[in-house]
Amino acid sequence: MAALELLSDEGYRADGRRAAELRKVRARMGVFAQADGSAYIEQGNTKALAVVYGPHEMRGSRSKALHDRALVNCQYSMATFSTSERKRRPHGDRKSSEMTLHLKQTFEAAILTQLYPRSQIDIYVQILQADGGNYCACVNAATLAVIDAGIPMRDYVCASSAGFVEDTPLADLSYIEEASGGPQVALALLPTSEQIALLEMNSRLHEDHLEEVIEAASKACKAVHAVLDQVVRDHVQEVTALLGD
Amino acid sequence: MAAMAMRLPVARKAVRQSAAPGGEKHLVAPGDIITTDTGYMRGHGTYVDEEKLIASVAGAVERVNKLVYVKALKTRYNGEVGDIVVGRITEVQQKRWKVETNSRLDSVLLLSSMNLPGGELRRRSAEDELAMRDYLQEGDLISAEVQSVFSDGAVSLHTRSLKYGKLGQGVLVQVSPSLVKRQKTHFHDLPCGASVILGNNGFIWIYPTPEQKDEEAGGFTTNLEPVPLSDREVISRLRNCIVALVTQKLMLFDTSILYCYEASLPHQIKDILKPEVMEEIVLETRQRLLDLEG
Repeated sequence: MAALELLSDEGYRADGRRAAELRKVRARMGVFAQADGSAYIEQGNTKALAVVYGPHEMRGSRSKALHDRALVNCQYSMATFSTSERKRRPHGDRKSSEMTLHLKQTFEAAILTQLYPRSQIDIYVQILQADGGNYCACVNAATLAVIDAGIPMRDYVCASSAGFVEDTPLADLSYIEEASGGPQVALALLPTSEQIALLEMNSRLHEDHLEEVIEAASKACKAVHAVLDQVVRDHVQEVTALLGD
Repeated sequence: MAAMAMRLPVARKAVRQSAAPGGEKHLVAPGDIITTDTGYMRGHGTYVDEEKLIASVAGAVERVNKLVYVKALKTRYNGEVGDIVVGRITEVQQKRWKVETNSRLDSVLLLSSMNLPGGELRRRSAEDELAMRDYLQEGDLISAEVQSVFSDGAVSLHTRSLKYGKLGQGVLVQVSPSLVKRQKTHFHDLPCGASVILGNNGFIWIYPTPEQKDEEAGGFTTNLEPVPLSDREVISRLRNCIVALVTQKLMLFDTSILYCYEASLPHQIKDILKPEVMEEIVLETRQRLLDLEG
C-alpha cells in the first residue's frame, strides 16, 4: 500500500464519511457560572471549550482602549493532553498566536463592537482534544459563548474546513486528512447574509477548483449553523421556561 | 480513614414541557428577522439591515407600543438611576473612586457624592482628597445608589445616605443581574437572623444583622468583632440557598430567599450544593411562591 487512501473508489473517506458529510456536532451553552458566557463543543473527536468575559473595563494597558468601539481580545490555547503526543505548549508560540489573530479578526467582524466604546471583550478558547478543524471548532464554540454572554452580534459565525482530494471537495477535514498535506481551506461565514468573516488556505490548489471547494465549505458552515441554532433555541427555551413563572 | 462520599455524574434532565409557559413568547437568535415592517422603533438587541429589523442577541422579543427590543437571557449590568448596587473599589483617583459593578465600564464614585465621616455635609477640602484612601481603598466593598448614567453607559454612584457606605463583614455572591427582582427596597433584614443587600447589578451581600443602626457615621468604622458561629451558619446557609436559586434560575427577592432558606433547613449546609438537593428545595420554593400568588 502506498499512501493512505483518503477517498475510496466507493466514495467513502477514511473515517467512513461521504465527501460532503460532517462529523457529529454536539454542543452546550452555559457550562461555567463564573464567566459571562461559556460553551463547549464537540465536532467528531475535536473538542473545544470557549469562555467569554465582558464587555468590561480595559484591563492592563488602558492606552489600548478604542474610543469608538470595544476591543476584542482573544486567546487560543491547546491543552497539553489534546494531541496524541503529550506536549507543553507555552503561550505565544507561532501557531497559537496566529490562531489568536484569526479568531480576533473573525469576531471583530461579527460582534457589534461599536455599541461598547472603551470596553474590552475577552474570548478564551481551549482545544481539549485535537482531531482536525481546530480553528473551526474554536470559532463555533466562541460563537455560542458570545451568544450566551448576551453580546450583540450581526449573526452567528460558523466555521468549517474543506479539502480537495481526487477532484472531489471534502467537507470538515479530520486530522489524518489535514496531515496528508493536501489543499485545505478554512472558512468562517455569517450564514444568513453569506458574508465571509475569514478565509484561509494552505498549500496549493488550482484556481479552477477554488470555487467548488469554497462552495463545499460554505455548505458545511450552513449545516453547522443549523445545529448551533438548534442548540441556542433549546437553551433559550429552557431558560425562559424556568424564568417564566 | 474517614468515609468519603462518592458522586457520579448523572445525565441532565430536560425541562418538563408542562412547566414551560415560555411557549407563547417570541424567541429569537442572532440574525433572525423580527419584522420587515418599517413602522417600528429599533430597541436594544436589534439592528436594521436593508430595512429589516434583525435580532442581535438570543432572547425574547418584547414590544412597548412601537418600540421593539430583544431581552437577552443574561447580560452585564445596565445601570439605571435609582438602582441599588454593591461594588468593589478598583482604583483611587483624583477626587473619585473607580468601582467595579459588573457593568461594561467601571462606575465612578465622586468624593463629593459621599458622606464623609463626621456626618454633616461640608466642603471637601484638599485634606479630604489626600485622605481618600483612608475612607475607601482598593478592594473595599461598598453599597451605593446610581446617581446618573453617562452616555457611554458608565454609571455615577452616590452614598449620600446612612444606608449606603462601606461594607464590613459578610459574604458576597455574584449572580446574573437579570435574576434580581426589582423591588421597592433591596435591603432586607431576614427573620432568620441575617441581612441581605440585593444589588441590582447582581452582587448580593449577606451580613449579620447589625444590632444598633445609624450610629456610626456612614459606616466607616468597620466592626471587626468576631461573628458568632450561629450567625455564620445562617449566612453560609443563605449563601448556598442563593446559589441554588440561581442555578435553577429562580428570581431573587426576599420571599424567595426566605422560602428557600426554610426549605433547606432539613439539610446540612454543605449538602445544599448537591444538585439533587438544590432541585428539591428550589422546587419546594417554587411551589410555595405559586401558592402565595394563589
